[in-house]
Amino acid sequence: MSELSVNHLLGIKYINEKDIQLIFETADHFKEVINRPIKKVPSLRDITIANLFFENSTRTRLSFELAEKRLSADVVNFSAASSSVKKGETLIDTVNNILAMKVDMVVMRHPNPGAGVFLSKHINASIVNAGDGAHEHPTQALLDSYSIRERLGDVAGKKVVIVGDILHSRVALSNIYALQLQGAEVMVCGPKTLIPKYIESLGVKVETNLKKALEWCDVANMLRVQNERMEISYFPSTREYTQQYGVTKSLLNNLSKEIVIMHPGPINRGVEITSEVADSNQAIILDQVQNGVAIRMAVIYLLASKIK
Amino acid sequence: MSQKVLLTGKEVNIILHRLACQLIENHTHFKETVLVGLQPRGSFVAERLKQILIEKYGIENLKLGLLDITFFRDDFRRSSQPLEANKTTIDFVVEDKRVVFIDDVLYTGRSIRAALTAIQSFGRPAEVELLTLIDRRFSRHLPIQPNYRGRQVDAINEERVKVNWKENAGEDVVYLIK
Repeated sequence: MSELSVNHLLGIKYINEKDIQLIFETADHFKEVINRPIKKVPSLRDITIANLFFENSTRTRLSFELAEKRLSADVVNFSAASSSVKKGETLIDTVNNILAMKVDMVVMRHPNPGAGVFLSKHINASIVNAGDGAHEHPTQALLDSYSIRERLGDVAGKKVVIVGDILHSRVALSNIYALQLQGAEVMVCGPKTLIPKYIESLGVKVETNLKKALEWCDVANMLRVQNERMEISYFPSTREYTQQYGVTKSLLNNLSKEIVIMHPGPINRGVEITSEVADSNQAIILDQVQNGVAIRMAVIYLLASKIK
Repeated sequence: MSQKVLLTGKEVNIILHRLACQLIENHTHFKETVLVGLQPRGSFVAERLKQILIEKYGIENLKLGLLDITFFRDDFRRSSQPLEANKTTIDFVVEDKRVVFIDDVLYTGRSIRAALTAIQSFGRPAEVELLTLIDRRFSRHLPIQPNYRGRQVDAINEERVKVNWKENAGEDVVYLIK
């Protein structure tokens, strides 16, 4: 097995196609491990990992923690809400204090884009970006591609549309990089106000008509409207957004082929996707969650193997 | 670097038949016994033994699984080469079963130590035995000995024992490489 080309996972932008394949192959093994009666391996028993969440998260934090524990790492959790960050401590000071307690790896979510990159230049530990503002969320993109590969056999040559709030989405950006690295075609679809102005320079197609976008694609990745990141109104009302960009069963039934529906969660049922669609066989939303643990185990394992 | 033949294809075949007979002697119908080949190289020995047991000795319902021990090894982050994982295929429960580990070369015993931990993920076996084609005695780091051995070899640490199979190298032969 070869090694990752990087010592940190800061974003898909910083890794290559070989890294992605290595992560997927390793995740295949871990997927088998987490389906055993005893789901734990002792590989990382001498590694300590700090999960630093400066922003709220349920799914990602649980997924990382489970991945770390199934690799037998020691885990410390930190959330900004109950920490000295509120007392005015800087990011580097907070992290250095934690590292002084001999932590080998940091999994960090932060509201500011580039927080992981900044930290990687100042501290001596492996860093996994678990989401930095509207920048990147690499493990989510990896598990999304892994889930497509599992369902459709391959990512190369597939057409994937990312629907919804592209402007505020780190999932969208990481997915665009990851899918393109693997040879998939990417389209973004949503109200013009929620599509970044220069997105086409990344080589993606832009479509504002949902029906046309769904007709084009093999996979639709539905994003949540991130109201918490919006300081102004980007569309008239949630009801209007749903009418134009909500995926319903009848919309899917009228397409010429069966497409795969994905969602990174949390779902706003009845807004970007109806319950009927979310719970249908076309949706692989819960597969994504299960694959998330295997992918994160693979990323942590591969990065940890580079800590000497 | 020089290499000398330790066992020819014919000798390997005779030894495999003997080992198969020894297994039958202890496990008769293999009703409560499962064979577990240790990945990657033990799988070749295990598949051959399975073939002999079924075709020559008419053993029915023989269960064979392949166990990968990569994530249970004790040299993670200590080895200069990245550890390469292989597929585990154990589609039966080992709870209360008599497990026979099968590997090609027993050297330090560390792989077997890892396998003993790894197999527990699939249940608590009634007992575990070890079958190995080559036993490099005097090289053990741990108190582990085989129950069934093909050939005992006195090789020094600088030497390497390499087992080739028709399936992966075109011929059955065991080399001692200096």
